[in-house]
Amino acid sequence: MLNINNLKAAINGKPILKGINLVLNAGEVHALMGPNGSGKSTLAAILAGREFAKVLEGTVSYMGKDLLEMPPEERSREGIFLGFQYPTEIPGVSMVNFMKTAVNEHRKHRGLEPLSASDFLRIMREKKELVEIDSKLASRSVNEGYSGGEKKKNEIFQMAMLEPRLAILDETDSGLDIDALRIVANGINKLRQPDRAVLVITHYQRLLDYIIPDVVHVLYDGRIVKSGDRDLALELEEKGYDWIKKEADKSKVYE
Amino acid sequence: MAAEGRKEYNVAVKERLRVWRQIPETEKYQEMEKNQDQILNEVTSGEYKYGFYSDIEIEKIPKGLNENTVRIISEKKGEPGWLLEFRLKAFRHWQTMKMPTWANLTIPEIDYQDIVYYAAPKQSKPAGSNDEIDPELKRTFDRLGIPLEEQNHLAGIVVDAVMDSVSVKTTFRETLAEAGIIFCSFSDAVKDYPDLVRKHMGTVVPYSDNFFAALNSAVFSDGSFCYIPKGVRCPMELSTYFRINAANTGQFERTLIIADEDSYVSYLEGCTAPRRDENQLHAAIVEIITEKNAEVKYSTVQNWYPGDREGRGGIFNFVTKRGLCRGENSKISWTQVETGSAITWKYPSCILRGDNSSGEFYSVAVTNNHQQADTGTKMIHIGKNTRSIIVSKGISAGFSQNSYRGLVKVHRKASGARNFSQCDSLLLGDKCGAHTFPYLEVDNLSAIVEHEATTSKIGEDQIFYCNQRGISTEDAIGLIVNGYAKEIINKLPMEFAVEAQKLLQISLEGSVG
Ligand SMILES: Nc1ncnc2c1ncn2[C@@H]1O[C@H](COP(=O)(O)OP(=O)(O)OP(=O)(O)O)[C@@H](O)[C@H]1O
Ligand SMILES: [Mg+2]
Repeated sequence: MLNINNLKAAINGKPILKGINLVLNAGEVHALMGPNGSGKSTLAAILAGREFAKVLEGTVSYMGKDLLEMPPEERSREGIFLGFQYPTEIPGVSMVNFMKTAVNEHRKHRGLEPLSASDFLRIMREKKELVEIDSKLASRSVNEGYSGGEKKKNEIFQMAMLEPRLAILDETDSGLDIDALRIVANGINKLRQPDRAVLVITHYQRLLDYIIPDVVHVLYDGRIVKSGDRDLALELEEKGYDWIKKEADKSKVYE
Repeated sequence: MAAEGRKEYNVAVKERLRVWRQIPETEKYQEMEKNQDQILNEVTSGEYKYGFYSDIEIEKIPKGLNENTVRIISEKKGEPGWLLEFRLKAFRHWQTMKMPTWANLTIPEIDYQDIVYYAAPKQSKPAGSNDEIDPELKRTFDRLGIPLEEQNHLAGIVVDAVMDSVSVKTTFRETLAEAGIIFCSFSDAVKDYPDLVRKHMGTVVPYSDNFFAALNSAVFSDGSFCYIPKGVRCPMELSTYFRINAANTGQFERTLIIADEDSYVSYLEGCTAPRRDENQLHAAIVEIITEKNAEVKYSTVQNWYPGDREGRGGIFNFVTKRGLCRGENSKISWTQVETGSAITWKYPSCILRGDNSSGEFYSVAVTNNHQQADTGTKMIHIGKNTRSIIVSKGISAGFSQNSYRGLVKVHRKASGARNFSQCDSLLLGDKCGAHTFPYLEVDNLSAIVEHEATTSKIGEDQIFYCNQRGISTEDAIGLIVNGYAKEIINKLPMEFAVEAQKLLQISLEGSVG
């Protein structure tokens, strides 16, 4: 589904991603871990089409298409969803109106009629219950004045509404209480289907107790320096990143 | 008119409201959704869509302005002597005046001798008569979405249609007359209700008020007149649609609205003009008077041709609008959505003379490309316990300049006066400007005056967040701008809120990216 090949990118001339290789197949859930500042969010942003990071080299194909050629709204309509690490507030735009516009754009892309208001409201109610968000939140402006945890749940709510093919969730588990964590994990598990894939960016093994990843990658200094199964996450939890950093730095010397 | 009739009308209004309130939220929402789609379609269909010109035979007087011009206009209208005197006094006064320069505007030199001061569609029948109106005129207003036949009317709306210097048709005049409501062209009012006109005209905006008011008082050609008798709640929206069609012509109209005790009316004006490379002058006067317990809601959707992307052409919109809350507990509220005109200079104001009277000003002003707007209000508190609210939302894009200018004045005797002002500016891009000029003159210590101001920008991160959910940049801006202006749009009569939303989005087209 997603094939990242030797992706290099820089922000303001400073190299951030230094040759990422990653293959994510339909039906898989991958976890992306790594120390602060290693480039996880930058990778997510590039996949979603944000332009502050400049791609220097490499290719990304998604469903057989050149992803880097597609404008961001097109990527969304083609099924890529990014759960933001820091969701943006949009004052004055109600969540209902926002989601209705988004859902209908997606439908239009697939050649479907816009949803009738009553159908839309019904689906919205169902999904809200799914992620157990306060129904009052939906009548407020997008993310405005939401608590940190509410913002994260709201991302999962939007994901449930848009039913993406590829979800990239950037630290959606950070700042959540125990119940919320379970809700978010359930939301992700619902996406676990043969034709879908998920890339979860996280710092915590805790989330991975709920969603067992097929592969765990460690990103360090712009490179994926180690990949393994869920035991890698457990090992990291126990030992921290130092040993990985050392290994990686050592191999760099021989490069 | 029988009190019975009035009662019936009031019942009709209540019924309309009751029905609207009973519609479940989801259905209202459905209605709005339909509108949204309509909006999107319109938006994708292009720029200024009212820029066409109607090839109608017109009768024009030669360019130029002198006493004789004033006399010719008065004569064409068959006016009584007192009105000609009024015009001449105004003209002589205007000659002593200079164009104001205090606004934050760069106005090119205007050659007042190079303007035609009277142009009328030739085949026009006397306004208000029952004759068929000219089919070409009808087509023009149809294209503008303003049907002049009563059977095709927009639900619950009465229209006075003014093209260039004359009113071409006022719908539902007879129906309203049954309730004792007078709604007709200004020219007809001068003929049919000379006493009412003479008594009130110029009492709120004297001819000497300012340069453009003096000019208007000298050469005004038509406009609307409205009188709501005691105890009547006008059951329909009254509206005037102003259309400039002829080239090299100025439009100078006057509107006079009088709401007698315990009456209510909601009034709306709309305006458009053809796309042309030359600037055209529009200098209007609106006067409103409310007696005890009366309320007037005045809404404007101003969409004069704004000029092209390079700033060529467009209307100069220099307008004096003022309301006098003469009676106690009376209320005037101005709501304006200003998207058009190359230059806008206008300050719809309220003089709160009656005790407990209140004034409101709700405004959204959008400027894009090279448009300039200097707009705001004056709230003059004279009576006791008078209240005023000002909510102004400026949206600037392109190379435009957008200024809010507002005065809150509390007289010595206006104890218990209260004002709240909120002025927000939203910037799209970094080549435009937003400015706020609030003035405060408070001579009574018991007054409570509050002012809040914010400036914000549509952030690249907000746009990206929308993009990531599948919403294009253009639509994202539409969503954000409409969200920002919602508070004001919601004050408009339902039927026009849609139009206004559409306008906001269209006028910001191409402003980002
Ligand atoms: N807009 C920006 N301008 C300049 N530098 C940036 C910008 N965004 C990110 N960076 C830099 O790029 C590097 C990678 O940042 P990124 O946000 O991708 O890290 P991360 O792995 O997501 O970290 P965290 O775990 O803390 O979220 C950091 O050094 C960061 O300072
Ligand atoms: Mg990050």
